[in-house]
Amino acid sequence: MTSAVSFQEVSRHFGSVRAVDMVDLDIVPGEFFAMLGPSGSGKTTCLRLIAGFEQPTSGSISIFGERAEGVPPYRRNVNTVFQDYALFPHLNVLDNVAYGLMVKGVGKLERQKAAEEALSLVRLPGYGARRPSQLSGGQRQRVALARALVNQPKVLLLDEPLGALDLKLRENMQEELKSLQKALGITFVFVTHDQGEALSMADRVAVFNDGKIMQIGTPQDIYQRPKTRFVADFVGSSNVLPPDFVQRYSGQHRWGSLRPESIRIGRAAKGDGVAARLVSTNYLGATTRLALDADGLRLHAIVPAGATLPKEGEAVVLTFNREHLHLMDEPG
Amino acid sequence: MTVAALNSNPAPAILPGSGGVRGSLSDLFWRRPKLLLLLMLLPPVLWLGIVYIGSLFALLLQSFFSIDEFSGLINRQFTLKTYGDLLQAANLDIILRTVTMAALVTFVSAIIAFPIAYYAARYARGRWKALFYLGIMLPLWSSYLVKIYAWKLILAKEGILTWLLAKLHLLWLLDGWLSLPVVGGNSLSVSSTGTFIVFVYVWLPFMILPVQAALERVPGNLVEASSDLGASPGQTFRNVLFPLALPGIVAGSIFTFSLTLGDYIIPQIIGTSRLFIGQAVYSQQGTAGNIPLAAAFTVVPIVIMGFYLWGAKRMGAFDAL
Repeated sequence: MTSAVSFQEVSRHFGSVRAVDMVDLDIVPGEFFAMLGPSGSGKTTCLRLIAGFEQPTSGSISIFGERAEGVPPYRRNVNTVFQDYALFPHLNVLDNVAYGLMVKGVGKLERQKAAEEALSLVRLPGYGARRPSQLSGGQRQRVALARALVNQPKVLLLDEPLGALDLKLRENMQEELKSLQKALGITFVFVTHDQGEALSMADRVAVFNDGKIMQIGTPQDIYQRPKTRFVADFVGSSNVLPPDFVQRYSGQHRWGSLRPESIRIGRAAKGDGVAARLVSTNYLGATTRLALDADGLRLHAIVPAGATLPKEGEAVVLTFNREHLHLMDEPG
Repeated sequence: MTVAALNSNPAPAILPGSGGVRGSLSDLFWRRPKLLLLLMLLPPVLWLGIVYIGSLFALLLQSFFSIDEFSGLINRQFTLKTYGDLLQAANLDIILRTVTMAALVTFVSAIIAFPIAYYAARYARGRWKALFYLGIMLPLWSSYLVKIYAWKLILAKEGILTWLLAKLHLLWLLDGWLSLPVVGGNSLSVSSTGTFIVFVYVWLPFMILPVQAALERVPGNLVEASSDLGASPGQTFRNVLFPLALPGIVAGSIFTFSLTLGDYIIPQIIGTSRLFIGQAVYSQQGTAGNIPLAAAFTVVPIVIMGFYLWGAKRMGAFDAL
């Protein structure tokens, strides 16, 4: 089967900056694909390479089997939902949504009907006559989505579309986007720096750092079996354990990761626990996050709220199930 | 600073008293912000209200007076006779000529200004942007008269332009153009074409700057969004860039249009002996001593600009503001 989007050794350099560096990528048709990484990691540049706003310095990009280098954005059947929505301020909502059909020469009645349908799809029916400036952030986001979807793109690109929304709205939109993608069967490529968002929405996640892809896999893969220290730390802020520490428990001299929720806190030495001191506690509502100091190694643990906790500064003993200690590919 | 160091300083008073007259004055302004606003706005509002609007009103009043043709004295009785004089063929000719010139100058300025403004707003950064502003503003720093006389030399029959065209063996083009009626003449410096060229040169910065300011406010991702939705560069220009730049173009055209309507120096130095509104005002209030007719002539550009702005608003030129 041809990939929806395929990158082969794609690089994009800006002067001496390697924004995207030898990236290989295959996005399966119909999947929800997330590009996750800190700012400046190259994820947005990758998205812009797919959209056609950037051209690769080297390497080849194909979209549904067709070579895309040198093809301008307006000749690609790919649409983008921009980070700050980029709605046209001089057009009303209906004309914004109908814009793509208008420039393709679709008749006025037909395109307005399609735009109305797209607006109902994003649950904004009857908003057509309003100006973008009269809408809330969440509503603008839906209009931007409708404006892209009305063109029936083969691939929909979303550039941190939920970044500007408040938490409650963001959670609602996550669910909605996910079900919309399922219903439409369009390939979604979603850029975010929020690991929670990537894990909860995507079928597969690519973790970016320094213009390279660190790891591609299902959310479970990425979270439970990170390949590198960066992935372990960035996705779910895992405890990254140095090779000397790992050797004591696994016998192998490699970097390891241990999820904060896998650590149990005890007061007295029971078996082969790790002696540590409780540095601070952060109450997070459903859970409490503990910062611990194990002989100079800073560890974090997450315990459910309501558990009786030692006082700050007290000596504790940490235990964990050895199966939860994950060894990374990175050599020690 | 450590906590101990913080604690060792003497604790400041919770509500320290105001210091002297200046202190209580600033306290007063803080409590009554509108008072400060009133004090700051009063002088300019008085200036605008009395000196500006007042003199405009006086001018309007003058245009409803008439001149006694025998004594040459102003008859201070309200009449529309002076406006009737405006409709004489010779005066109508002046108005028509000026308005046509102003419209052409505005249209061509907008066409020349757009790419320059677009480059400056989208692509020029740092040093190039500074160079852009310098290039646009530098001509404005030198005297208006010097620039016009310089153009007289450039456009003269023995001038550099004729010389250049001769070198390029393109003199036939110039001669052909100059032999045309209305736009032609003995040389460019005594033709309406010359007047037009100098008008465009002198007012161009007033078109470039507002268009650039308008384009600067257009977020770059709107152009990307348009392209992403399938619009070719031409369609993006027509559907996104032009409508969003329109307030700037309208603002610029108010400058170029009204400045051309009112100017009396350029057509006097460069061009034919046929009069423009500005020259008519100048001669009517000067040598002819017909202040009412001069005032009536002055009202013409005001009325035209009024209609122009009304039309621009109707067209939605300010919707994107």
